[in-house]
Amino acid sequence: MTAADRAVQRPIGAKLLVIDEARHLSHWPRAAFVDHLRSGDLVVANDAATLPASLHGTHDPTGRPLEARLAGRHSLAPDDVHRFTAVVFGRGDYHTLTEHREAPPSLSAGDSLTLGPLRAAIVGIGAHERLVEIEFEGTTDAIWAGLAAHGRPIQYAHIEEPLALWDVWTPVAGAPAAFEPPSAGFALDWRTIAALRNRGIGFATITHAAGISSTGDPALDALLPFDEPYDIPLAATAAIDAARANGGRIVAIGTTVVRALEHAAAPAGHVLPGPGIATQRVTAATRLKVVDVLLSGVHEAGTSHYELLRAFVDDETLQMAAAQMAALGYRTHEFGDSVLVRAKAPTLGDRATLPYRQLGASSGVSLSI
Amino acid sequence: MTVTPALPANLKVAVTGGTSGLGLALVGQLHRDGARVAFIARGRERVEAVQRAYPGTHGIVGDVASKEAIYPIALQILGELGGLDVLINNASDLGPVPLALLGDTECEDFERALVTNLLGPFRLTKAVLGALAGSAREGRGAVVLNVSSDAAVNAYPTWGAYGASKAALHHLTRVWDEELGAHGVHFLSIDPGDMDTPLHAVAIPDADPATLKRPDTAAAELIGAIARALPAFEVVR
Repeated sequence: MTAADRAVQRPIGAKLLVIDEARHLSHWPRAAFVDHLRSGDLVVANDAATLPASLHGTHDPTGRPLEARLAGRHSLAPDDVHRFTAVVFGRGDYHTLTEHREAPPSLSAGDSLTLGPLRAAIVGIGAHERLVEIEFEGTTDAIWAGLAAHGRPIQYAHIEEPLALWDVWTPVAGAPAAFEPPSAGFALDWRTIAALRNRGIGFATITHAAGISSTGDPALDALLPFDEPYDIPLAATAAIDAARANGGRIVAIGTTVVRALEHAAAPAGHVLPGPGIATQRVTAATRLKVVDVLLSGVHEAGTSHYELLRAFVDDETLQMAAAQMAALGYRTHEFGDSVLVRAKAPTLGDRATLPYRQLGASSGVSLSI
Repeated sequence: MTVTPALPANLKVAVTGGTSGLGLALVGQLHRDGARVAFIARGRERVEAVQRAYPGTHGIVGDVASKEAIYPIALQILGELGGLDVLINNASDLGPVPLALLGDTECEDFERALVTNLLGPFRLTKAVLGALAGSAREGRGAVVLNVSSDAAVNAYPTWGAYGASKAALHHLTRVWDEELGAHGVHFLSIDPGDMDTPLHAVAIPDADPATLKRPDTAAAELIGAIARALPAFEVVR
């Protein structure tokens, strides 16, 4: 499959693969994804705005250039912006494939970094030589001002033009917390959100610090996803409880919503409100407790996002889906097409036995591979 | 005496043009009322002075008339406050100074009035809309107050650029409210009246200040209108 190489959140012609609970695959325009939901369902999106988390600057002890990509934080508190986990690259920028990026200069605890108007010190070296803990100098407001003035959205070589914040904030973006955009939410425009309301479909948001998707280094990529702080408002948990009590399904917009809700779920499946830090991996072995349906981007095998899809659907179906999407020209990455997948087994909260909404045959496309 | 309804505790408010006139009065009163306030203005020295005068407020240096500045401003508002409940689009540009008949108005002066008074508020509102809607979903309510003018409805000679921009802002406010009221985000367009402010002094240098409303009085009225539009006040009423 090819990467979507233009920063258009809702391109005309965006595609949607639907995998229903009978493992039947069908293809639709993504703009009409609401047609695949039903009254009583609850859509849950990640409202994290994306930080300008790519900071170019200098390693002061050597004077060599580097790029620090902020990649982790201990909480979502507005004043908790002094310490970050960061992945550091050497000279160059996003135009070079991450796997070809130069290594940074040798980094040691105590080294200072000049990142535009920001100054930071390395306060710890992580499990990989490129993975560090940094601490910014200055007041909270000065750090936010420095990020606003100097930071750029993290991006990769598949998009040539530099991204601006307006390219990566979803229409529902609120508190800046994500290191890369929770891009499944690009599908949500205000017309769609109004359509949900008009059809009796609930809408709730959580805030989850979506982390970086790739570092270009296999050893470091194996550590992804890093721990990600999240916050689940009481209004969201109340909406989840109400939807489930009425037989509605929980529809997650993006893998980060799955990670947060499943992490915050008590053993019986009740989602607890408040802040938390998602530390778990969602894989084929995960028994989903909360999320019934997932709208996600198109992810390639081997990525942590793809691994998460395996919690929803068996490998054989995923392979068939990949073959069909390749045949139909689906595009990958954050500005690409989408997949709507029903969990392979009912979650603990989904006691309803209603059939998946029957789709009209006129607008869908089914392929047999 | 005007009785101002109490604002909810820790209300997150952003005020553009927050270092002079009505904006400064709003920042001061909101700070006294216990709100968490971010304010935006172009001049760093003035921003820092106001921030010192009202400790705990968040001063942001930026120009709402610049398209490129909007998201950096929004990032700082949402980052420093951790979200947003109320946006007050107060920053205004008169257009030509001294005020001019339309036939004498330079296009560039008109464009500056439009981008400051109309496009800037639109862009900033759009950038923080997700946060406002989130506040509404969580029951805190959300309000956007666009500061209007009687020049938005009356055809005063020499006020053409300013009046047209404010008329458009007033209408924009009405459409926003129609579209987003169902989502709990409420939009207000309020004319604060003729005030004794630096902007008014530039527009009408020979006006007698004694005949003009004090900015503090107008600020109290606007804050009262915001409080009435928030859900906590609706419950009491």
